[in-house]
Amino acid sequence: MIKKFDVVIVGAGGAGLRAAVEIPKEYSCAVISKVFPTRSHTGTAQGGVCAALSNMEEDSWENHAFDTVKGSDYLGDQDSIEVMCKDAIRAIMELEHMGMPFSRNEDGKIAQRQFGGHTKPADMNDPYGKRVSVKRACYSADRTGHVMLQTLYENTVKNQVTFFSEYFVTELLVEDGVCKGVVAFDIATSEQHIFQAKAVLIATGGYGRVFRITSNSHAGTGDGMALVYKAGLPLEDMEFFQFHPTGLWKLGILVSEAARGEGGILKNKDGERFMIRYAPTVMDLAPRDMVSRAIITEIREGRGIRGSDGTDYVLLDLTHLGKEVIDDKLPEITGFARTYLGVEPTTDPIPIQPTAHYAMGGIPTNVNCEVLMNENGDIVKGLYAAGECACVSVHGGNRLGTNSLLDLVVFGRRGGKAIHEFLKTASFGDLNEHAGRETNETIKKLMDSKGGEKISTIRTELQNSMMEDCGVFRTDEGLRKMISKLKELKERFKNIAVQDKSRVFNTDLVEALELDNLLLNAEATVYGAYARHESRGAHTREDFPKRDDQNWMKHTFAFRKADQDPELKFKPVVVTRFQPMERKY
Amino acid sequence: MDIQVKILRYNPEKDSEPYYQDFHVKGVSDDWRLLDVLHEIKWNYDSSLTFRRSCAHGICGSDGMKVNGRNRLACALLLKYINTKKPIVIEPLPALPIIKDLVVDMSSFFNKYEVIKPYLITNTPPPSDSERLQSNEDAEKLFESAKCILCACCTTSCPSTWTNENYLGPAAMLKAYRFINDTRDDGADERLDILDTPDGIWRCHTIFNCIEACPKEINITWHLSQLKKRISSREM
Repeated sequence: MIKKFDVVIVGAGGAGLRAAVEIPKEYSCAVISKVFPTRSHTGTAQGGVCAALSNMEEDSWENHAFDTVKGSDYLGDQDSIEVMCKDAIRAIMELEHMGMPFSRNEDGKIAQRQFGGHTKPADMNDPYGKRVSVKRACYSADRTGHVMLQTLYENTVKNQVTFFSEYFVTELLVEDGVCKGVVAFDIATSEQHIFQAKAVLIATGGYGRVFRITSNSHAGTGDGMALVYKAGLPLEDMEFFQFHPTGLWKLGILVSEAARGEGGILKNKDGERFMIRYAPTVMDLAPRDMVSRAIITEIREGRGIRGSDGTDYVLLDLTHLGKEVIDDKLPEITGFARTYLGVEPTTDPIPIQPTAHYAMGGIPTNVNCEVLMNENGDIVKGLYAAGECACVSVHGGNRLGTNSLLDLVVFGRRGGKAIHEFLKTASFGDLNEHAGRETNETIKKLMDSKGGEKISTIRTELQNSMMEDCGVFRTDEGLRKMISKLKELKERFKNIAVQDKSRVFNTDLVEALELDNLLLNAEATVYGAYARHESRGAHTREDFPKRDDQNWMKHTFAFRKADQDPELKFKPVVVTRFQPMERKY
Repeated sequence: MDIQVKILRYNPEKDSEPYYQDFHVKGVSDDWRLLDVLHEIKWNYDSSLTFRRSCAHGICGSDGMKVNGRNRLACALLLKYINTKKPIVIEPLPALPIIKDLVVDMSSFFNKYEVIKPYLITNTPPPSDSERLQSNEDAEKLFESAKCILCACCTTSCPSTWTNENYLGPAAMLKAYRFINDTRDDGADERLDILDTPDGIWRCHTIFNCIEACPKEINITWHLSQLKKRISSREM
């Protein structure tokens, strides 16, 4: 069945909902999501969303931009970063005006707290001298993402946006550089629909589920990235995947950086505050890539604590903060420690280990969220992307905490605005008579297969291998091993069988399609990591321990080649006002 | 350890009515979430078992279900808190039509949510370049109600919902509280009018099931009683 909309937005997390709010009522707009909008992963963000509001102390968007560039290990495109940090202040005000409930300061303005990597010069007259942590993260206790997602959804209800919830998008209809819509099926009935559109915005989030230990929801399988990659379009900088230093031991559930922003301290088994050795100025509030490496290094050197599951952890100590601060400012995460580990954070430190958290890479776009079809910057007409699935690139090699929620609202809105502009002159393209056939065939094959491979087995093997060989530390040997493992898994995937033959709410089929997407995203990640002979941001090669600005101040563009290795091309980093320098904290 | 799980199954394509299926699940441990048990069954015993889930730590609100007679989130319930000596009985949330197994049709739940106008209503434009001011004390008054994850555990646990399908239910009315008590909002009266109707707040008989069911431990009944007071004092 063909449905026609001026705009189709795929994904109903922060970026998708913000974009939807921006589309004027005279245009028809459909938001398609595989989960009901308020189930989206944006809701799990905890600590904050940043902007240089100067509500607590003096700050500037330039400070924020400098931190973001430095945090990105100079891989972030500085033109995009300037756009985001300048617009941050307006974006936060807009959220407040939309009704988002924030914690407040004594003047009734939005309260702000410290977060990793957010700093300002200790002496305003010496902008490039010593830097100190700054209160820049706006928050709502430790449920910032939850209330942001609720607020954005509430605004789509107010605007009477049309949703297709629990629809799974299987195919992007792109021909000759023009996007004409998507193919999706209704999970409840298996009925397939072609959504013909003048403009499509992809806002499907990340793919943390490619790793065994992750903070990401089960839905985090990078479906939008895989759609683009399958359509022959590139994925950018996929080798840069952030491990958040403080995941709850065993489970990977996020323990917000806000815990350290409020004064929490990391300790090894000797009770030593080890971050003092790795980042002497900001210590526990160093950026996430550095803290994760520090934790793994402590563990490797025997200063971790061996858990009952055979993995090692270190401790996040909040006990000195006092019950009041813990209960008022960090209620959610301390609740997680109590519920899942039986640890009482007011009296005992929390066992933590790094957890796969955020994809810096993704679908390449320009600052107007238009998707790039190549490393020269040519765009796909009518195709847009925003949020974690996109790579604009504001996070470069490593994202700073609180910049993800900001990215969603800034670029979600910009995407919506760009689409509005585009619609003034756009028309529906002609659909290919074969549109939807690929989806039909894929699903039929999965449903009819008598193969003996199990979805869960292949997925677990992928997740274990990615954790082992493409995680915080990487080597040539490990990545070679990962490449051959991936080839094996892709071969075996051809023999998987969907055992649930029902057409009603077939989550077995959904998991099979998601696994296919995970394998595609893993491919772009692993080949990028294998090719990048340097260590930058979250990508750490033990055999190439230094950052190499001479050869690698460039973004990776991975193009899928059916039954072959992907082809890698490169695009130079945009540098405006901040020249690369050594990244020390 | 091994446990027995009894799950209410229903596939409308082949079952004329729901039935219970027993699973003997091996090798679980008491620090598992109930969701881990469901995954173990789906991934290693019967992949047709159908349920919703996403974040797996009690934020997204996908996996509300009835466990041993009480509405819970499968991801926020550890086996150590359940009597595993007896079979664990898992059923879909009550009072909503079953789509398949533990998946229910939530549309009536979200329709009720939309009825109470769940968005900020203002009569004056916001300041052009700053936030609306609000004391932290006033902000924190909303936090408890704003914690709601719309999992429907409360509304479907309420006997008033069971006997009247049009009853707005605790989740929608808690959302109304969140806006009515927001100092930035001007829509209190129109929402109170909606609550002060036959299918509105007076069908709350302070039975407290909602509080017992709420995975976020929100004192929902207290919030609803504040709304009742507000309507009464308005009439005075």
